[in-house]
Amino acid sequence: MTYLIKGAQPYGGDAADILVKGGRIAAIGDSLSATGAEVVDAAGLIALPGLVDLHTHLREPGREDAETVETGSRAAALGGFTAVHAMANTDPVADTAGVVEQVWRLGEQAGLVDVVPVGAVTVGLRGERLAELGAMADSAARVRVFSDDGHCVADPALMRRALEYVKAFDGVVAQHAEEPRLTVGAQMHEGDRSARLGLTGWPAAAEEAIIARDVLLAGHVGARLHVCHVSTAGSVEILRWAKSRGVQVTAEVTPHHLLLTDACAESYDPVFKVNPPLRTDADVEAVRLGLADGTIDAVATDHAPHAVEDKESEWAQARPGMLGLEQALSIVVETMVETGLLDWRGVADRMSVRPAVIARLDGLGRRSHGRPLAPGEPANLLLLDARSRATVDPATLASRSRNSPYAGRELPGRVVATFLRGVPTVLDGKATR
Amino acid sequence: MKRHLLESADLDRSDATLVLDTAAQIDQALAGREVKKLPTLRGRTVVNLFYEDSTRTRISFELAAKRLSADVINFSARGSSVSKGESLKDTALTLEAMGSDAIVVRHAASGAPHRLAKWVRGSVVNAGDGTHEHPTQALLDAYTIRRRLGRLEGVRVAIVGDVLHSRVARSNVWLLHTLGAEVTVVAPPTLLPVGVDTWPVEVGYDLDAVLPKADVVMMLRVQAERMNASYFPSVREYSRRYGLDARRMGTLGDDAIVMHPGPMNRGMEIAAEVADSVRSTIVEQVGNGVSVRMAVLYLLLGGSPQ
Repeated sequence: MTYLIKGAQPYGGDAADILVKGGRIAAIGDSLSATGAEVVDAAGLIALPGLVDLHTHLREPGREDAETVETGSRAAALGGFTAVHAMANTDPVADTAGVVEQVWRLGEQAGLVDVVPVGAVTVGLRGERLAELGAMADSAARVRVFSDDGHCVADPALMRRALEYVKAFDGVVAQHAEEPRLTVGAQMHEGDRSARLGLTGWPAAAEEAIIARDVLLAGHVGARLHVCHVSTAGSVEILRWAKSRGVQVTAEVTPHHLLLTDACAESYDPVFKVNPPLRTDADVEAVRLGLADGTIDAVATDHAPHAVEDKESEWAQARPGMLGLEQALSIVVETMVETGLLDWRGVADRMSVRPAVIARLDGLGRRSHGRPLAPGEPANLLLLDARSRATVDPATLASRSRNSPYAGRELPGRVVATFLRGVPTVLDGKATR
Repeated sequence: MKRHLLESADLDRSDATLVLDTAAQIDQALAGREVKKLPTLRGRTVVNLFYEDSTRTRISFELAAKRLSADVINFSARGSSVSKGESLKDTALTLEAMGSDAIVVRHAASGAPHRLAKWVRGSVVNAGDGTHEHPTQALLDAYTIRRRLGRLEGVRVAIVGDVLHSRVARSNVWLLHTLGAEVTVVAPPTLLPVGVDTWPVEVGYDLDAVLPKADVVMMLRVQAERMNASYFPSVREYSRRYGLDARRMGTLGDDAIVMHPGPMNRGMEIAAEVADSVRSTIVEQVGNGVSVRMAVLYLLLGGSPQ
């Protein structure tokens, strides 16, 4: 199938036509024509490379009542993503070649985004001994990102070994930075508000201490480290220091940490319970600036679907996590573009190019993402109506879960179309399958 | 008065004073009467929904409701957590479907009463939620102080002990501040929350320095198990540094009173001779608790006093 996208603005620049043919971008230019091509009117829409999420919980296998690979893939496509990384904390845990291949195949069947499995660092996420990282790397899923996300690889010796070991296949350890002894029973950011609300505090230092330790380890052994969901101003400072010293460290921030603060906890509504917790205004400011100057490399959703009964409860009983795939780009538009902190090339860099590089998806194989919008490149792209504004209604989300912290909030930006290897997964704002 | 009593932090001065004045009126109305019962809430149903053991608070609320002629149902949901049994929401909706007008809830999770208030149409009274608040305890404490000292404005109150884990401390800090008292919290730094510097209180680590200036000393219960999490080295050291014994009581002003929300650890945070002294209001607090809870139920369910 051939598509002629008329009048789109690549990277928010001048309008141009984009001809998509045979899964690739055949041409970009003025007044293109192609016989038999399906025409997509993209006047006023911004064209960006398909987004890459380094951090997605798809819940399958194990909690198909909360999300499946298929429903999560649909949510991703609607959010403008063409690749998502499925975190390993499923049941069973994705700590063997068998499980990661299962997730990979489910993603292929759904066919809406490339579902790239993340492998567990340690067996069962227990933090005791390494999982078979090489077997997962060599499997059909070709795992390059390893993470015990949800749990910190707290043992420093084990973390060092993991960092070293994955060098053999150019892998990266994505650390959930949380010193467990400092966060026993923690419910929210530790500060003025936790003191008032009587909710056990999750101190910023518990994140920063692990990041500080891990950048030193990564520097020492010359390995790549990726830091998940950076949430504090102090973490940004440590990362900035480490990068200035040449440590191979990358980091991500979630949409919710770019927008929301611990003030949300005052409602005691667990839809705002998340790990790491929502932080202060000063932290939000710092992670935005860190993302703007590149200290933080990527936006990653930490999309965490939960069944109603896991959220409609007391705060302490509720599971941490919130939805993110369908609103991620809107949040970035609101917090980074409309504030002047990032231009559209910057958005493409932080949501597509750099995450693809971190995950080593930037090659020329079939699973190639984060490539520029240019002739000859794979046609992984999205069309965004940046001027549209809409109020989030969780009932209309494609995710199987409803735990969106943005319910009732008006946000800018609507993904009108998403193309995966030249095939539309979203058209007119609706998923095609 | 609002529909719910969830926390003393959102009680304004006139609402708080109204509760205390109403409690005083109730005390007067019942004084010397053989039948200690008012017909005000006849036909109304109050449910005591207790997810934590608390014999004294439950009995106090039960007595309060019964003295107002309400029907009382005690629902002890101890041990029935979400993982094992019915969810809080389902329980609340079930009780409401049976016709409850007010739910008095005690729960180990901070904010549980706030969640309940979103789900039910009737009134919710917080009888203690996690480490957050216990507003009726603060109201009865304020009532007790006002009866003993005649005022709250300018009264200097020292709250001593495990402030970090204490819902009684939080409720008292906000309520006493609202009512014009000057509050000092005294504890080892490990038992004060990060962020306490934003509270409207003085913070002290040295009990001996605070006592001579205090009109009221409110001792908090300290659980010996905190020792195992290194909040303090030993019971003995805690008691030596922060316990109220006879010698320390001797440094108090002539009219100063000693309070404790109970249950006490005699010999740990408070010595027996202090607890049993004339300065102690501990037994009085229990009696006042019934009157204050009557006032709260009356105001939430029965409207303003005539």
